[in-house]
Amino acid sequence: MTKPLVAIRFVAKNFGEFQALKNVSLDVWPGEVMCLIGASGSGKTTLLRCINQLAVIDSGGIWLDGELLGVREQGGRLHRLSESEIGRQRLKTGMVFQRFNLFPHKTALENIAEGPLQVQGRKAGEVRTEALELLRRVGLSTKANSYPAQLSGGQQQRVAIARALAMKPMLMLFDEPTSALDPELVGEVLAVMKELAKSGMTMMVVTHELGFAREVADRVVYMDQGAIVEQGHASDVLGAPREERTKAFLSAVI
Amino acid sequence: MKPAPALAEGFPDLSGMRIAREPHWFRWLSAALIVLVLAAIARAFANGQIEWSYVSRFIAAKVILEGIVNTMVMAVLAMALGIFLGIVVAIMRLSPNPVLKTVAAGYTWLFRGTPLILQLLLWFNLALVFPTIGIPGLWSARAVEIMTPFLAALLGLGINQGAYTSEVMRAGMLSVDIGQYEAAQAIGMGRLRALRRIILPQAMRVVIPPLGNEFIGMVKATSLASVIQYPEVLHNAENIYYANSRVIELLIVAGLWYLLVVSILTPLQMLLERRFARGTLRFAR
Repeated sequence: MTKPLVAIRFVAKNFGEFQALKNVSLDVWPGEVMCLIGASGSGKTTLLRCINQLAVIDSGGIWLDGELLGVREQGGRLHRLSESEIGRQRLKTGMVFQRFNLFPHKTALENIAEGPLQVQGRKAGEVRTEALELLRRVGLSTKANSYPAQLSGGQQQRVAIARALAMKPMLMLFDEPTSALDPELVGEVLAVMKELAKSGMTMMVVTHELGFAREVADRVVYMDQGAIVEQGHASDVLGAPREERTKAFLSAVI
Repeated sequence: MKPAPALAEGFPDLSGMRIAREPHWFRWLSAALIVLVLAAIARAFANGQIEWSYVSRFIAAKVILEGIVNTMVMAVLAMALGIFLGIVVAIMRLSPNPVLKTVAAGYTWLFRGTPLILQLLLWFNLALVFPTIGIPGLWSARAVEIMTPFLAALLGLGINQGAYTSEVMRAGMLSVDIGQYEAAQAIGMGRLRALRRIILPQAMRVVIPPLGNEFIGMVKATSLASVIQYPEVLHNAENIYYANSRVIELLIVAGLWYLLVVSILTPLQMLLERRFARGTLRFAR
């Protein structure tokens, strides 16, 4: 029997008084493409950030590839992992940010090669070959030596996707990857993500692009006020929502 | 409403006309005034009790040249120490560890809070407090022999500079977007590696102008080391005028050298800025 790649159990996260996540439980299966939708402040971005530990959960547990994230259970207590252990766990996930966050002082190629060279300590020659291949895959072969400031938003986001893929993650996390883009640039980024989904990558995508969700997602999860309200096949959740809150959200968005 | 004609009347074509040059009377007048004042000052100095021949005789004297070399050596070494300490202290200051944070804040408080000349005198006179210094059981030496004017000046200037530089560095690191830390973490980097590879190179771009300022300040601050017998240019100039009493002439010699050095440093700073501006729009094309 296959096991979920990500198992989220009873996860809570507060920012001061604000409850960003309330007892969230969720499984993500290998090869699955999951889209998380919901209003801003509903907790979907926080959930993503907890999975690659940019945010630290207050209670509950997240298992990635069978390994408990961020803490170790010992003698009936949880002990925080060291920074280097957390760094090692992060390598299993690739993160794509809303605002790209490319390194502005490095070229597209250097951005992609930075992790494999510096963190994984791999050989320069093979890293370069792979980085060029990744650039080709996201359609930016000619931009290897361009700095981020010389690229459009869509091109920057595609480099950012390549940078995340360079670490050979088993799970890709997308945090509103097209929200900071001009409308005419959204398509090129979504196209790269569709290609990635087709290749069998496990993906969690926080998005407002319902068209993309309908076309690509295996499962759509609707979140509201820090909790999962409804989940299921894209055509069911988007086409025939059962919950009142989902209906209200969808009618407001479309 | 009837349909609008192609273009309304009464707005002539100005495309062939040029912008007239304004006479700028006030600029001419103020420039003339300033030239007049400068001429008066120059005349006063020319007729004053200054033997300009002494200035030209000593401007390239061996002792003065040695002095300016010592000034530059000290400025560069003390600044290097200051930048090193500044980076370390800034990183400590921004660390989540409360012990490191407090130590860093205490260092800045102590060395920024007391006059530089006092710190130089304290280092130089360290032998009064600790006649011998060393590592118990391993090595020891008499403090008078260790604490030469050179070492006292280096420690005094460098450690003091570190306190100021740490704040410049901290400002630089804070200027880098938080998303850069997150992106570095997301590709598995630890805090120190992210600082070294991602944050500091971007912070450098911001800190070079203030650091250039600090370095120019350091070149001149080395003159304070004259009080602890470090043979920099002002100290050597003083030694000459103690002998020949040409006080003003030798101070002018020293002053001209400081001006020359600072004039050379400014374009160097521009080159450095360009180097660290990699990837920013202004220089990328």
